[in-house]
Amino acid sequence: MVTLTINKTSVSVPEGTFLLKAVEEAGFTLPTLCHHEALAPYGACRLCMVVIIEPHRALVAACTYPVEEGLVVETDAPEAVQARRLALEFLMSRCPGSDVIGEMAKKEGVTASRFAMPPSEKADELCVLCGLCVRVCRDVIGAAAIGFIDRGTERKVGTPFELQSDACIGCGACAEVCPTGAIRMEDRGNERILHTWNTRIALCACPECGRFFTPQPTRFLKEMLPEIEAFWDVCPECRQHKTSRQWLNTTP
Amino acid sequence: MPLIAQPVHPGAGAVLARLHAIHSEQGYLPETDLRAAADELAVPLSQLYSAAAFYPAFSFQPRGRHTIQVCLGTACYIRDSDRLLEKIETSLGVKQGETTEDGMFTIETVHCLGACSMSPVIRVDEDTYGRLRVDRVTRILKKYRPGEPGEKGPEEQGI
Amino acid sequence: MKIKTPSDLEKLRDHGQSMLFPQGPRVSVGMATCGLAAGAGAVFDAFRQAADNLRFDLTLVATGCIGYCQEEPIVDVRMPGLGRVLYARMTPEGAGRLIRSLASGELPHENALASVPEEGPDIPKSAEVLSGLLTINTLPFYAKQHKIILRNSGLIDPRSIEEYAVRGGYHSLRLALLHLSPQDVIDEITRSGLRGRGGGGFPTGEKWQVCSHAAGAEKTIICNADEGDPGAYMDRTVLESDPYTVIEGMTIGGYAIGASHGYVYVRNEYPLAIERIHHAIETSRESGLLGEDILGSDFSFSIEVIRGAGAFVCGEETALIASIEGGLGEPRPRPPYPAVNGLWGKPTIINNVKTWASVAAIVEKGAEWYAGIGIEGNTGTAVFSLVGKIANTGLVEIPLGLSLDEMIQGIGGGGLDGKRVKAVQTGGPSGGCIPADLFHLPIDYESLKQAGSIMGSGGMVVMDEDTCMVDVARYFLNFTMEESCGKCTPCREGTRYMYTILTRIIEGEATPEDLALLEEIAMWVKGASLCGLGQTAPNPVLSTLRYFRDDYDAHVSEKRCPAGVCRALIRLIIEPEQCTGCGLCLRECPVDAVRGEKKAPHSIDADLCTRCRTCYDICPEGAVEIVR
Repeated sequence: MVTLTINKTSVSVPEGTFLLKAVEEAGFTLPTLCHHEALAPYGACRLCMVVIIEPHRALVAACTYPVEEGLVVETDAPEAVQARRLALEFLMSRCPGSDVIGEMAKKEGVTASRFAMPPSEKADELCVLCGLCVRVCRDVIGAAAIGFIDRGTERKVGTPFELQSDACIGCGACAEVCPTGAIRMEDRGNERILHTWNTRIALCACPECGRFFTPQPTRFLKEMLPEIEAFWDVCPECRQHKTSRQWLNTTP
Repeated sequence: MPLIAQPVHPGAGAVLARLHAIHSEQGYLPETDLRAAADELAVPLSQLYSAAAFYPAFSFQPRGRHTIQVCLGTACYIRDSDRLLEKIETSLGVKQGETTEDGMFTIETVHCLGACSMSPVIRVDEDTYGRLRVDRVTRILKKYRPGEPGEKGPEEQGI
Repeated sequence: MKIKTPSDLEKLRDHGQSMLFPQGPRVSVGMATCGLAAGAGAVFDAFRQAADNLRFDLTLVATGCIGYCQEEPIVDVRMPGLGRVLYARMTPEGAGRLIRSLASGELPHENALASVPEEGPDIPKSAEVLSGLLTINTLPFYAKQHKIILRNSGLIDPRSIEEYAVRGGYHSLRLALLHLSPQDVIDEITRSGLRGRGGGGFPTGEKWQVCSHAAGAEKTIICNADEGDPGAYMDRTVLESDPYTVIEGMTIGGYAIGASHGYVYVRNEYPLAIERIHHAIETSRESGLLGEDILGSDFSFSIEVIRGAGAFVCGEETALIASIEGGLGEPRPRPPYPAVNGLWGKPTIINNVKTWASVAAIVEKGAEWYAGIGIEGNTGTAVFSLVGKIANTGLVEIPLGLSLDEMIQGIGGGGLDGKRVKAVQTGGPSGGCIPADLFHLPIDYESLKQAGSIMGSGGMVVMDEDTCMVDVARYFLNFTMEESCGKCTPCREGTRYMYTILTRIIEGEATPEDLALLEEIAMWVKGASLCGLGQTAPNPVLSTLRYFRDDYDAHVSEKRCPAGVCRALIRLIIEPEQCTGCGLCLRECPVDAVRGEKKAPHSIDADLCTRCRTCYDICPEGAVEIVR
């Protein structure tokens, strides 16, 4: 175990823990965008900035800094507060229509952005380039259907050639992890449409009721996850009825 | 739920070399070649595509017969290579990043060709030209037009 | 030939001896990229042609960079019995004349740059024929130089492993593999005080020690040849002129830390360097100096070349590693440092070309020797590309601690065309501009850092009174903005906004609040960025704000560019009384904005004029005026 001090509070965490977790354990919060429990830390958004006081003064991103014995950290030292505010100001000017960013900014004391950027072609820009969608698709789901395209301020997320990706299984994990709701997904009729990725995935039809439910390409998971094999047989509602009937039949 | 991913693909280390190979052969990266490469290397297409889109050396569009690279590195910039770019753009009627209508020339800017003592420098295909003045640009471009007399090759030195 | 034992090495040297010091004349033409850009190819062919025509027996060699790049094409002529002379600005016609002179037993003085005091056999020390020529070490350009990294550059055929061996090559490898332990090698490098020459200046031995102790059965070596700093071409030169020393250095490094494979990551923009290092690796493999059980030891090592693809950020070590791993050249957070967790998760030593090129010399001559060169804490030599508005441009290798003044005035010969030197930009886009009144400072890592710049890889761009420092800051921001990978918010958004502000400044549309904002954003980008690119991107801005505040104020408050450069703030007019109508400006104008009849005063069409100042620079009468 490693013991360190955060905002004058002592906390002990296992070796190999990142500073962000230690900050949370100590009872403090930091804004984050590119952080997710299920994914390796990425360090892109630069919102979780903290100042290390001992052993050497340094401004670091908490999510990617490994804890050290005896570290003394302040989350609200002036450089850290200013760094968070500037990052949020720029993100606000990138995504002026995002309530999520607006709320985060307000919490840090930022109500407006001084940086008027040239009007974006996509006035409804919500993507903050946190990379969660790319990382979850690649590292957790294993489909790697989307990736980063281009560099610098031209950087964006998309499918190869901006066409429907053959690798997409329609699981929707990308939409689930997106912190700003930038990924638009809807189930319409017999299809799941991921508008943001120009992708349409066929849904399975329920043999019992005819409703459309899980995306067909996810079928491959049946073999890998035998304990939930039955999830592909009928839709969730019919499965629930089935299970309830089984319970009713067997309960004395 | 167990992780079902294999984020590091065995063929990944060959991605950069393969992109170079396709680009050298075709002059750009055609979609079919990229798809085939992804299959062959057993690497996700998105990884290949992202890499191709990230690096300036690669183009998704065919380039002109000759690629003119104008160096805008510090030493060249200080010795006014931006004037060379202007001259070339005016002569050919297209801007940097574009290809002439007859498909002869594509103009690119590079951040450094590494011939800084010879600044300002341009490169046309494999030929590097240094110590350039604006008026030599026209003569150099003429050498790459078919039917022009004289061999291609770097100019003799001289200011 | 196969080199399996030390006595094989001796045979290799003997063979090389007769190649490097032939009985007859040897003509070496400098044919690294600079030489070729100056026309060395045609000169080489002319020598061959002339010698063949006269049936003159000649050893003709395409060598690497001889260093005094602006005098290219440079030719090194060694005539046994007469002497050795360097010729500058050689032409094909000059080549023909030189061959005819050599054929009649003369070593001419036409176009001679200097004589070279010989280190080989059968050259007389003082020969009548050499009187009247300066020796090379009295030429101001060369006088204070000390060549270690460039010790073979321009002296050997870079393709020849024999010639490399004659000049001491592989002596160190033999010493290391057969007589020293890996820890001995690390200790030697540590005691020498060698620091990373890629720019970080981290003590090399210390890095090797960390890697050596790191957990992991497999380790790896990388040579960072992604020299992306515009204005820097030292790494290219070493690879083109002396590739075997990089290989030898990497092999020794591999032995020291326990790696059996290494990579050389070369920029895509360096096709000749890529070709030469490939060739050297192939030859080394065929000779057995790379591969299994080198020189009869049980150490095996192989090297592979990776070609970059044009992204400056790939010079950053974690981005370079990501690039080799097959993805985007996106930097990763440090810690963990590559020495512990690097390529494919293995402990990795990644060092710059010039660092690797120093290793064999240190192992051969010893740590004490190296530590005796330079100054305390900054031992040894470093190579700088001295370019820009300076009289003598080229590659300069000096002991650390020499002052900027000695470099710029002494070696560089002062400003180009006699103009006043205003500043020197060091360290590429990661560095800053140091003003002329600080040129007494020594060239060492700490002094340059305190002055607001960095040593970086060694790029040294000189700027004069005609350079606008605000324009320079904007130029660098444009560079870093375009090269930003876009991963982290500060670098991606901050560099772009700083560039926007700088554009407003040079267009005369900025306010004092803009300057305050520029500084605020610069400090944020510097402190909060993920990698070195973002962390150093604001340096050009911060250093010019520090030293050239008046220039900024003039642009902001007076809408005036003191240097007469910023296009939105100047106008160009031709003074009719001074114009002779020679038509030079008309011919040279990049956008055809000049009008006029022959011998009559010309005029500039203000609508077409882009204010590039070509006419101002070339008018022989000084008839063009810049109206600020």
